[in-house]
Amino acid sequence: MASNALSPIGERAPTADEAYRIVRDKGTIRLSGDLRMHDASAIWREVRKETERAEGSVVFDLSGVHASDGGVMALLIELRAELGARGVKAELVGAGQRVEAIVKLYSGHDGVTKRNKRRPEGAVAQIGRSAFEVKEEAKAIFDFLGSMVLAAITLVRHPRAGHWKEVAPLCEKAGANAVPIVLLINFLVGFVMAFQSARQLKMFGANIYVADLVGISLTRELAPLMTAIIVCGRSGAGFAAELGSMKVNEEIDALRTLGLTPFGWLVVPRVLALVVVVPLLTLIADFIGIGGGVLVGVLDLGLTPRGYYIETLTAVHGWDVLTGLLKSVVFAFAIALIACQQGFSASGGAEGVGKRTTSTVVTSLFAIVIIDALSTVLFRAFNL
Amino acid sequence: MMDTNLPVSQVPRTRSSSARAGLVRVDRDMPRRARAKAEKPILEVKGLTIGWGDTILQQDLSFTVQRGEVFGILGGSGSGKSTLLRFLIGLEQPMAGEIDVAGCGVPDLEAGLPPFGVMFQAGALFGSLTVGENVSLPLEEWTDLPDNAIAGIARAKLKLVGLDGAADKLPSELSGGMKKRAAIARALALEPELVFLDEPSAGLDPVMSADLDRLISTLSKAIGLTVVLVTHELESIFRIAERIVLLDKEAKTIIATGDPRKLRDSEDPRVSDFFNRRSKEG
Repeated sequence: MASNALSPIGERAPTADEAYRIVRDKGTIRLSGDLRMHDASAIWREVRKETERAEGSVVFDLSGVHASDGGVMALLIELRAELGARGVKAELVGAGQRVEAIVKLYSGHDGVTKRNKRRPEGAVAQIGRSAFEVKEEAKAIFDFLGSMVLAAITLVRHPRAGHWKEVAPLCEKAGANAVPIVLLINFLVGFVMAFQSARQLKMFGANIYVADLVGISLTRELAPLMTAIIVCGRSGAGFAAELGSMKVNEEIDALRTLGLTPFGWLVVPRVLALVVVVPLLTLIADFIGIGGGVLVGVLDLGLTPRGYYIETLTAVHGWDVLTGLLKSVVFAFAIALIACQQGFSASGGAEGVGKRTTSTVVTSLFAIVIIDALSTVLFRAFNL
Repeated sequence: MMDTNLPVSQVPRTRSSSARAGLVRVDRDMPRRARAKAEKPILEVKGLTIGWGDTILQQDLSFTVQRGEVFGILGGSGSGKSTLLRFLIGLEQPMAGEIDVAGCGVPDLEAGLPPFGVMFQAGALFGSLTVGENVSLPLEEWTDLPDNAIAGIARAKLKLVGLDGAADKLPSELSGGMKKRAAIARALALEPELVFLDEPSAGLDPVMSADLDRLISTLSKAIGLTVVLVTHELESIFRIAERIVLLDKEAKTIIATGDPRKLRDSEDPRVSDFFNRRSKEG
């Protein structure tokens, strides 16, 4: 009813239950009624169907259109451009004053500018690019290491440029607060290892050797490794996110304009804190892991705690513990370095920070495994 | 007062007590009138080219800022005015041309405390410190003042910018405008003779923006502070800026220099359009 009253076009006018109407008359497509966004997809389909085989020129007659919103008009203009690209000259004519204003508003955009389709990268190209990226990433980290050494030299000469006050709180955050999870995980590692080997050892009646197995593999390998992985996931990611947000928020620039060096102020305390804290956590991990082994030994293998203790002491030497701790220092250094480097290279808001945090964990894990392998070979070569 | 004539650039990076005390005494208590006599511009830019990587944003920029002036760097969005600021304060190295800040050349941020304060667009307050600690930080690092004196100065600076009660709040508890004002307080903590303000009034309500403008011009008049501000807020330009440069995105250089009130009637349509808020098509 209402739309009939609004439309001056008699028989072409939409009936009461349709908001709009599209009629084709040779090269002319008459639109009438209200062109509203919620009908947009239907209008789009109909109009495109009508113009599918159009040749030469098409006229969109808008004289019956009472009102149109921007979205639908944008579609018509998009269609005009699409037809134009096919060599069909399309025109929008007869629009009333209000509709004309909308046509004008949207005509500025000339529709389908040819989008540069991004071609999917070939497998070889992808491998190449990733390899190149790994190289670049490694280079950035070593660059950072270099500037850190330089900064460290300046810092030794002028120790007051460092933010030493920050070290203790960082130790608490990265160390003390990590103790529960280090305890839990390493206890379970010792426990599971003992449990898995118990059956095999029982078959040979070599129950007591579970102490050797757990003791040596934990102190030399697993405790430093697990601890480093925990620290990497906790503090490494935390550092990267913190420094990344500071970078994105221009806080690092602000620090520099106050005459303070980001190295002395942010990197050095973090490196120092981890280098102090990770070996300590590793030591805790050694003890609790062996504790897990004791539990299995006593409950499952029928050993006495004292027997287990004595066997552990004969099997595990100071060197075993020390090589583990040495490794953990290197792990700590690598984690802090990578986290700070990644944090500093964050850019572009929240997404950039997230990307850098992810890549911190991935790169650190990679570095940890490489360092672990290298050091194991090295220690063996020197018979340590 | 032996080292009174030691320029800031020569103050060693060490924060040994004498150098720090010296720094404060030198730079801050030296009568400004005596220095004003020298009449050398506090900021001089000659033929500067700025940009990122291979993209040149602006080239052949030349202007000078006199001591005690309120100087505006204007331009439309994307014209590179905030980038220009990064070059002026030494965060980026010039691609070509010269910058001379307070007679020390391009600021070397590695060399110690630069002779100016900076307010970044979003404040860039250290999120892990309270507002008071943010303002105190430069004082703690570069002066020998006892803690209670530092706290007193920090409180006074915060009062100056109208943030009396906010000293113990964290930056995350402040509104955008309060962050900016706190950042100004931090920039002023060491009484620099030059401050750079990046979009001080952007995103503030009209009253707060007017308050901030009044603060800036008061500081400039009362203590002879030189203010370089980057902005596109016309109202505050007309209110406080004595001279401006207008950067243009297409021309990639300065298209107008001088008193903004006169530039309004410039014959260059690009300039008068900017100052009269005319859209290109209108």
